[in-house]
Amino acid sequence: MTGWLVAKGGGPVIPDFGQPSACLKRNGWFCTDWLTKHWGDTLQPALVQHIQLTLIAVGIGFAISFLLALVGFRWRLFDGPLGGFTDLLYAIPSIALFQLLVPLTGVTVTTVEIALVSYTLFILYRTMIAGLRAVPDEVLESARGMGLTRLQTFFRVELPLAAPAILAGLRIATVATISIATVAAFLIDDGLGAPIFAAIETPDLFKTELLATGGLAILLALVADALLAALQRALTPWNRLR
Amino acid sequence: MPTEAAELVFDEATKVYPGRDGAAVDHLSLTVPAGEICVLVGPSGGGKTTALKLVNRLIPLTGGDIRIDGTSILEHDLTALRRSIGYVIQQVGLFPHMTVEGNIGTVPRLLGWEKRRIRERVGELLELVGLDPQQDRRRFPAELSGGQRQRVGLARALAANPALMLMDEPFGAIDPIVRARLQDEFLRLQGELRKTVVFVTHDVDEAIKVGDRIAILREGGRLAQYDTPQRILEHPVDDFVADFVGRDRALKALSLRRLADLELAPAGRNGGDGLPSLAADASLRDALALLIAERRDALLVVDGSGAPLGIVRRRDILS
Repeated sequence: MTGWLVAKGGGPVIPDFGQPSACLKRNGWFCTDWLTKHWGDTLQPALVQHIQLTLIAVGIGFAISFLLALVGFRWRLFDGPLGGFTDLLYAIPSIALFQLLVPLTGVTVTTVEIALVSYTLFILYRTMIAGLRAVPDEVLESARGMGLTRLQTFFRVELPLAAPAILAGLRIATVATISIATVAAFLIDDGLGAPIFAAIETPDLFKTELLATGGLAILLALVADALLAALQRALTPWNRLR
Repeated sequence: MPTEAAELVFDEATKVYPGRDGAAVDHLSLTVPAGEICVLVGPSGGGKTTALKLVNRLIPLTGGDIRIDGTSILEHDLTALRRSIGYVIQQVGLFPHMTVEGNIGTVPRLLGWEKRRIRERVGELLELVGLDPQQDRRRFPAELSGGQRQRVGLARALAANPALMLMDEPFGAIDPIVRARLQDEFLRLQGELRKTVVFVTHDVDEAIKVGDRIAILREGGRLAQYDTPQRILEHPVDDFVADFVGRDRALKALSLRRLADLELAPAGRNGGDGLPSLAADASLRDALALLIAERRDALLVVDGSGAPLGIVRRRDILS
């Protein structure tokens, strides 16, 4: 039953083929000996890569969305087309988008990042625009009446007041990216998706690895969400009172 | 604190919105003397808010001119003009993300005041408008009641000590009891500060109570009458003004005069025993109401400590 361990030994995810533990021999759900042995060479690197993939995607996505939102907010005419464009990108299934991009950017991290960034735009753009538009008229009128310039009004009033919505969007985009980034392993050997795919592809389904990496992905999403929620509270103390 | 109030002149000020029939403000000419409160009042469509917003150029003039201390508003830099004018609106428009201190310090910050000076000024203003300089400065607008918010709005408008204040229905969204108190406090403040104030309201009673002068605007932004409250109540120029101030204008006129303004008959030997009494700073309207309620013909006027000053008869009030 566990013959494949010996037969296919040698790969990085195949553990201890010399003396597999009892747990591994029966392909248990949670073999701690494998976890401790391969934390350093499999799980941790995958986790770090996953965080990198996510940070880069969300960072670039945030910057692009912000620029688009500036345009869509300042000139309402562009809001419809920009919103529609991010909407369209969001509607393409991720694996299909990877395949569409391969002819352009090859089987590279770039391809993955382009796809991940595309998915953040929809959420970030929409929440930014919604947050900026939600600033009450009387607040804008008093700002104007007190002699704030257009730019001062934007940076001192509109942007801070939109911050709760923007940060809420950032939370959703980050958690969504952490989840979609596991599919990156479809193309490249990066991130938590790689051990998950490897575990699925083993003939007998390597349960410990599957559970451990899947669990790490979930944990990462929860931690990221909690951190951003804390950031949101710290940056907008006034928002809790409303 | 003393301040130099500015004289405000509307000189044929006109606003016409493109594509709309008729003017919103039509050749409005009036002068608000430095240190006085001019109330703009009239039916909706009378252009009173438009006229107010012409002054700080939130709405651009179509024709005519507005001058502050002799200088046309068009000659001022736009942001400098607005920073030099206090602006208070009905919905207050406090910045929800800033504390009371941050809100009040807005214009001083724009003007580049030092932090210490702003902090001191905020404390001074909070005291002036009846808020706690220590506790309230750190609170956010969401933690304040409607009345407190409007006090902060007033303090914010006064922050850089403007010579001119524009107030657009400042107490319109506040319940009647708090409104009356805010009006009283505003008048007390104005007694100290002596700003030039343009005050918009649709409430005739508020106009009579607050205004040194009242400008009544009719539909199409035309000035119907510009006069003291007393003269508007006693000598309305036409039916429109008479209707607008109401059938009870004679009673309203009584509310403008105090018992102390009348010549009192001596209380006599018995000191006016048995007569209803009223303090000397009560209005003639209140005095008449008391006489009607008590079915009496005379009342005893007393000072703050209750000592009799003299007797007033019904006919003294009505004459």
